[in-house]
Amino acid sequence: MKLKNFKDAEHLVRLAGAFAVVLVVFLLVRAQFVPKSFGQYGHYRGDALNELASKPIFFAGHQTCEQCHSDVLEVKKSGKHAGVNCEACHGPLAKHAEDPGSVVPQLPDTAVLCARCHEENIAKPKAFPQVVSAEHSGGVVCKTCHQPHSPLLQPGDKKS
Amino acid sequence: MPVDGFMYPNEIELQWSVLIVVYPFVTGLVAGAFILASLERIFHVEAVKPTYRLALLTALSFLLVAPLPLQLHLGHPERSLEMYLTPHKTSAMAMFGFVYLWYLMAVMLLEIWLDYRHEIVLFSQSTTGWKRLLYRTLTLGSSNISKGSLRVDDRVGWVVTLIGIPSAFLLHGYVGFIFGSVKANPWWSSPLMPVVFIFSAMVSGISIVMLIYMAAMKLRRQPIDMRCVDTIAQYLLYTFIIDFALEMLDLIHRIYEADESFRSLDFMLHTQLFFSQVVLQIVLGTVIPILTIGFIQIFDVPEKLRRIAYVVCGCLTIVGIFAMRWNVVIGGQLFSKSFLGYTTYKLDLISREGELVAAALLILPFIILAVLVKILPPWTESQAGFVPEPSVCELGKEA
Amino acid sequence: MITRRKLLMLLPAAAIAWEYVVAGTPEISPNYSRPEHWWGMLVDIDKCIGCGNCVRACAAENGVPEGYFRTWVERYHVAGWQQETPQVDSPNGGKNGFPPSKAAGGKNFFVPKMCNHCEDSPCTQVCPVGATFRSVDGVVLVDEKYCLGCRYCIQACPYGCRFLHPVKHTAEKCSLCYHRITKGLTTACCESCPTGARQLADLKNPKDPIHEYLKTHSVQVLKPHLATGAKVYYHDLDGSVR
Repeated sequence: MKLKNFKDAEHLVRLAGAFAVVLVVFLLVRAQFVPKSFGQYGHYRGDALNELASKPIFFAGHQTCEQCHSDVLEVKKSGKHAGVNCEACHGPLAKHAEDPGSVVPQLPDTAVLCARCHEENIAKPKAFPQVVSAEHSGGVVCKTCHQPHSPLLQPGDKKS
Repeated sequence: MPVDGFMYPNEIELQWSVLIVVYPFVTGLVAGAFILASLERIFHVEAVKPTYRLALLTALSFLLVAPLPLQLHLGHPERSLEMYLTPHKTSAMAMFGFVYLWYLMAVMLLEIWLDYRHEIVLFSQSTTGWKRLLYRTLTLGSSNISKGSLRVDDRVGWVVTLIGIPSAFLLHGYVGFIFGSVKANPWWSSPLMPVVFIFSAMVSGISIVMLIYMAAMKLRRQPIDMRCVDTIAQYLLYTFIIDFALEMLDLIHRIYEADESFRSLDFMLHTQLFFSQVVLQIVLGTVIPILTIGFIQIFDVPEKLRRIAYVVCGCLTIVGIFAMRWNVVIGGQLFSKSFLGYTTYKLDLISREGELVAAALLILPFIILAVLVKILPPWTESQAGFVPEPSVCELGKEA
Repeated sequence: MITRRKLLMLLPAAAIAWEYVVAGTPEISPNYSRPEHWWGMLVDIDKCIGCGNCVRACAAENGVPEGYFRTWVERYHVAGWQQETPQVDSPNGGKNGFPPSKAAGGKNFFVPKMCNHCEDSPCTQVCPVGATFRSVDGVVLVDEKYCLGCRYCIQACPYGCRFLHPVKHTAEKCSLCYHRITKGLTTACCESCPTGARQLADLKNPKDPIHEYLKTHSVQVLKPHLATGAKVYYHDLDGSVR
């Protein structure tokens, strides 16, 4: 198809111009709004890595506890709970580690706490120490006989 | 707890709501309506010419509404521009943003503009007030409607329609791929998914244009061109047969191979999804239209009955295809990925992703269409009021 | 078991970590070099007692909202020889432990679940904007300032470990306590696990016990047929586990 007159396609040139304007606007918007750190390490905002790494900490970690509470560590490390970290029972205590005086941790209620691990359940590994607490102690609180930091009863320990 | 059996704790609440059912339904109508329009332009099926412009405007109306359910669904709609600023090339959803943009700008708007240009220029000269401003803007400053320029429009428009066909397939095939590429979900993951979506889109798009055409002619107290509607119904039948074959193929394949997901999916189909899949989608939405239109091809059915049959079949088809989208999207989230349980979908009436919003989104395209029909009338009869003299029109169409 | 040798090795790291705990934690530890690490985890099914400590600790450490889970524990009951139809329950994700089982006999065990920090993660593949990604050190993370809340990643995860945060309206999941591991600490779940069933593993650290473990024990990953490159290794994972 031959163009007898360029004027007959002039409206298409105007249209192309309109598209070009839209494209330029898009590129300008893109330059403005794409976050500066985007693409630094991959197809994501590089700053996100540091943001994620800076979130607040709530569990101090047992190494931190042991720095001050070495006496407990002494009792624990040769007992059955040697592998149980402090905060597994005492809960998150980073705030206490930060400022020991102002944040005083509450002692956990052994009646509830111990049962979570040691109440008998068919799905627990057979060799894991578990009891039916009603039969085992008849409602007596665990701490009455067991020392939580070294719970295995020794000959001569209180037993009722 | 609305859980039957076991579900991973985070799976109990559905992630994609009815709005994500509306979305593929609407884009499907776009693609289907466009394919019907292209039947005349590219394949010279003269009989369907009366619906050409109407089909284009219908496609545009639905295309404009398509992003709305997505925006309403997003947790942060204000960040949606990110899909265009930093699209992730491995994400089908991100790439779809560009496919949509391409289809809107380079296909729909361009084709409509080229087809209507000489009327736009004439209206820009004959109307007054805000209408004049509107039409003048649409002319992009050019008032050339000489024979030569209209011939250029026709040729370029033909190329745009030609490109538009694979673009329409890409538009809705992509939506199918968004689901079909999720290996985590065996109800979705299938290479057939894009193809099934395309053909069901064509079925729904053809039906909606047929229904809108018949309704518009009734509203304008004009006679319905039966040769046109009969031809549309024929194409609907051919497309339906392919669509049905594909869906049956998927079903038979699943039943035969019976992989780890089969028992769970099969149970879901017989219980939670029974009404929407078996009754609405398959029986009412597919089998009955196929049998009815098929019957009309073989036996002589009087015009009045045919009209009623087409309206009924058209409506059943639309409902059936909506049900199909529901079955894919909602169905895909009702069962656990552990294959050990099911949850339920709680559809609220009044909420950002509730029934009322979904209904409003389905009605909105018709309102937009009514406005578009006023601005860009699809009919060239002088009844429209401000349509120019026939001689100019004839000149333009000579090419 | 805490041996004196282990303690001596840990003290310098602990000292650094302590400083960051005290200082209010601005950045990662100065001698943390991302390319030197490739994080994963080891879960020993034989040791899990379903106490739910991990679920509670994770919620406390990461502010996980009630009813949603970055990690959870499932209890399995496999009655006979059928591998495909175990009975599974996870009451509130196992957060408060498990009530006595109604099942009798058969094979019973607990399975802790979490994000597998996949090497070929399907969730990062589908994110349309790059809000979720795999870091240089192998952790799959979510940028909550960039996430649109489209939920495609939640659909794409085969393990069900993602959810939409009900308040933030962004996708969320286990971050492998990135804020802890980059400072020489272990994850909250591993810290609070009383039996050592969960252990953080650095696959690039030649001194990490994981390497010896992998050579001497049989391990499995979840849904291996999906080839996600999962880095959470299970020991003694039964074939019935979904």
